Amino acid sequence: MVRRTLMHAKPPSFQDLILRLHAFWSAQGCVILQPYDVEMGAGTFHPATTLRALGARPWRAAYVQPSRRPSDGRYGENPNRLQHFYQYQVIMKPDPADPQGTLLDSYRAIGIDPAVHDIRFVEDDWESPTLGAWGLGWEVWCDGMEIGQFTYFQQVGGIPVAVPSFEMTYGLERLAMYVQGRENVFELDFNGAGVSYGDVFLRAEREYSAYNFEHADTAMLTRHFAEAELECGALLAHGLALPAYDQCIKASHVFNLLDARGVIGVAERAATIGRVRTLAKACCEAWLAGEDSGASEKRAALPA
Amino acid sequence: MAAFLLELFSEEIPARMQSRAAEDLVRLATEVLGPLSPSGVRSFVGPRRIALAAELATEVPAQASRERGPRLGAPEAALAGFLRKHRAAREQLREEGEYWVLQRQSPAQPAAGLIAATLPALLRRFPWPKSMRWGGTSQFTWVRPLRRILCLLDGGVVPFDLREGEDDGHGLTAGDQTEGHRFLAPGPFAVRGVAEWQAELRRRRVLVDAAERRDRIAAGIADLAGARQLTVVEDSGLLDEVTGLVEWPVPLLGRIDPAYMDLPPEVMQVSMRVNQRYFALRHADGTPAPFFAFVADTEAADRGATIIAGNERVLRARFSDARHFWDLDRRTRLADRVPALDAITFHAKLGSQGDRVRRLVALSQVIAPMVGADPATAARAALLAKADLTTGMVGEFPELQGVMGRYYALHDGEAPRAADAVREHYLPKGARDAVPIEPVSIAVALADKIDLLAGFFAIGEKPTGSGDPYALRRAGLGLIRIIRDNRLRLNLRPLIKEAGSSFSNPPDPDDILLFLVERYRIQLRAAGARHDVLAAVLAHTIDDDFYRLLMKAGAIERFLTGDDGANLLIGYRRADNILRIEKKKDGPHDGPLDLDLLEAWEEQALASLLGPVEQAADHNLKAENYNAAMHALANLRKPVDAFFDKVTVNAPEPELRRNRLRLLARLRDTMNQVADFSKIEG
Repeated sequence: MVRRTLMHAKPPSFQDLILRLHAFWSAQGCVILQPYDVEMGAGTFHPATTLRALGARPWRAAYVQPSRRPSDGRYGENPNRLQHFYQYQVIMKPDPADPQGTLLDSYRAIGIDPAVHDIRFVEDDWESPTLGAWGLGWEVWCDGMEIGQFTYFQQVGGIPVAVPSFEMTYGLERLAMYVQGRENVFELDFNGAGVSYGDVFLRAEREYSAYNFEHADTAMLTRHFAEAELECGALLAHGLALPAYDQCIKASHVFNLLDARGVIGVAERAATIGRVRTLAKACCEAWLAGEDSGASEKRAALPA
Repeated sequence: MAAFLLELFSEEIPARMQSRAAEDLVRLATEVLGPLSPSGVRSFVGPRRIALAAELATEVPAQASRERGPRLGAPEAALAGFLRKHRAAREQLREEGEYWVLQRQSPAQPAAGLIAATLPALLRRFPWPKSMRWGGTSQFTWVRPLRRILCLLDGGVVPFDLREGEDDGHGLTAGDQTEGHRFLAPGPFAVRGVAEWQAELRRRRVLVDAAERRDRIAAGIADLAGARQLTVVEDSGLLDEVTGLVEWPVPLLGRIDPAYMDLPPEVMQVSMRVNQRYFALRHADGTPAPFFAFVADTEAADRGATIIAGNERVLRARFSDARHFWDLDRRTRLADRVPALDAITFHAKLGSQGDRVRRLVALSQVIAPMVGADPATAARAALLAKADLTTGMVGEFPELQGVMGRYYALHDGEAPRAADAVREHYLPKGARDAVPIEPVSIAVALADKIDLLAGFFAIGEKPTGSGDPYALRRAGLGLIRIIRDNRLRLNLRPLIKEAGSSFSNPPDPDDILLFLVERYRIQLRAAGARHDVLAAVLAHTIDDDFYRLLMKAGAIERFLTGDDGANLLIGYRRADNILRIEKKKDGPHDGPLDLDLLEAWEEQALASLLGPVEQAADHNLKAENYNAAMHALANLRKPVDAFFDKVTVNAPEPELRRNRLRLLARLRDTMNQVADFSKIEG
């Protein structure tokens, strides 16, 4: 009995956090997916969110997504900022009967007890100019710290959603720092057996910061952007929404790299974001147009 | 009377929208329930609910109405239109005299009927700034998902729902259930009336009255601060916001890690306010204290120890971020950041911030000698004025522009006056904000505002009735206040011309001068001060020496509040009226006076005085002795009074009449030379 309490009191390791969230959302009827294998800035870009948020078919999924924000790199010197981090992403369409309650249960599952903490839902309207998407929701605060973002999608790819989705994003590093009581991300307990987050990622932060800010070949990246844009258009001509969307995500990431290298002027910036948005919109339209062709997408009755 | 209670229970409503929503609910409900003569209307608002309580009549009384229709024998179309408008049938019309008349008897309607019939539409068109869909396919939107509707009249539920055709309206039905605090008293419960609702919610850790929450927060944080001999840095906007973030406010005090106390106080305060909604505290001597106050929305089992520790940790991370920018920013000299401004767009048609800085440098140098500033220092300050826009700290907290520039300039060893000007050239930011008084700061502040006005007028972006996206009105008023408060003597026209010459399509300086005067006039009117004196002074030409213009207006204002001025104004108006009327007959009457035709001694006295008064006024105007010029005019009061007392202007003899009209015209012109008194109101 005593041992049990002690074990429970020990905060989850980084990987344990993920396992608990997987178990929790799996029990909510979510498909547990693996990370998407294209570089992206946020879990929202994963086709399981962007494309599946469209149309009226029910959909529930949860997954971890490595997220790359080249401009946020600090060569591993800042205890709070990373150019590569993990988001835990949940999407449910339609939203469950009590999304806030479900979400709070997920926090209980990872050891955050609302009885001793101050949990708040603070206005945060979400918008992605790149995806032509927006929604309304909140930042979830725990004792003044943002531990998640909660959005009801209203529009994706410039298309108003047929059925609004509930979308939840947990910043895993930040959450882990909170539950483990750490002030430096690199000191996080990764596996509960002596391996720290720094052991796994510190070198990567240093090297990628140097790459993002100093060495990325901007001429090559500019070319890649143009190629991705072309390829996306060519694939859309064949109605291949998913491969086309990969090119859209690639273009978006290349743009982020160019931005980090500081070679995109202010006017050009808005124009380039507009070009990616055009691709995203076209992909979303193609996805909707071909929605009936997915053989495995029966109108499965999901648990309420 | 019947007690009415409506509560709309939802997921968290953004704090900034709450008070407006409460007002809208009162306005709209009072409107639709008007036939029930609502009284004692009260509203309640918080993070998860807006509510309204009122006393209503128990029924809409029966009413007889009578509408007169078209004439008998009017075209069929007119009759049909009348019937359509009143949703009546032909059989209901009666003949009455020459007209068709519709007489109707509407039966009494119970209050519940009217409520149930009108509320669904009210909720559907509720004016949230931004609302959303949720759930399935229902098109009913709310600011965030609406979860319950409580609607009671004298203890009973007024049943209605939000269904509309195919739309299921989220299956929401009005009932008697509500919920208390999310964590401290979860789960629904039923109530029967307003008092019970309020008391039961209080028992369940929800204060529904926003004013009570606000008071409790203000008193709570003041007590916590006072216990340590500290005071709270006043911030009523933050207090309002926090009031909208909590249902059960529990004020707490946290410590700031001393390692961060060397950050600029402005940085600490903005970071706490913007990112965390914390209140800054200070010592009696005004220096920042190593504590912050904040408000939790729960009573925790450990009396808040975990919550305080968590908030302290978050603040350490915030300050560590701020420290990162502070250290990093100081590694690059402000002066070395200037070239980077070329890459920041100021406005698509007005070039980059770099372009703007080059204009400010040139203009500041021109203004400097006029305001007693050293031109080289002013130029240096102008060069550095916008450089902090490229710093990490200002990128993170745009409201710190100027403030950070000053710190970084001092760190670089720039002249203190130049550093101060980097901060103060943005002043005044609002009507109650101080104006710069140091000459270098004045020079750059004026240059900043003149360039802004000249630039946006040059590209035709003048403020419109409601829109002023570039804050030109604020700039204009700031400009006038800097001149007025510092008693600056300078001619704006050439400065505006100089500023305008940088643009391909230079603006008309008079457009801008008129805009400035108009802004000032509107501000005076809003403040309840005399604004007509400005119009009187401006009638002839636009004086581009604003200080002189204001002096003159002030002298006229003082003159008019005195006995002589007020009476002379009456005489002036009388003369002006007569001249206007007689002009239509055979005027104008502005020929030379014939002194021989002046019969009465009253008209002779007036005529003989006009010349000397004119001279004295003119002399004093030129010497800018405006009060003396007014005194000169005051000499006219008695002769004018006597003239109107004794002399008949419209004498039967045509030549006498004409001559007297000419005398009045001279009186008017003499006074108009000082100011156009016809513009004076009241």
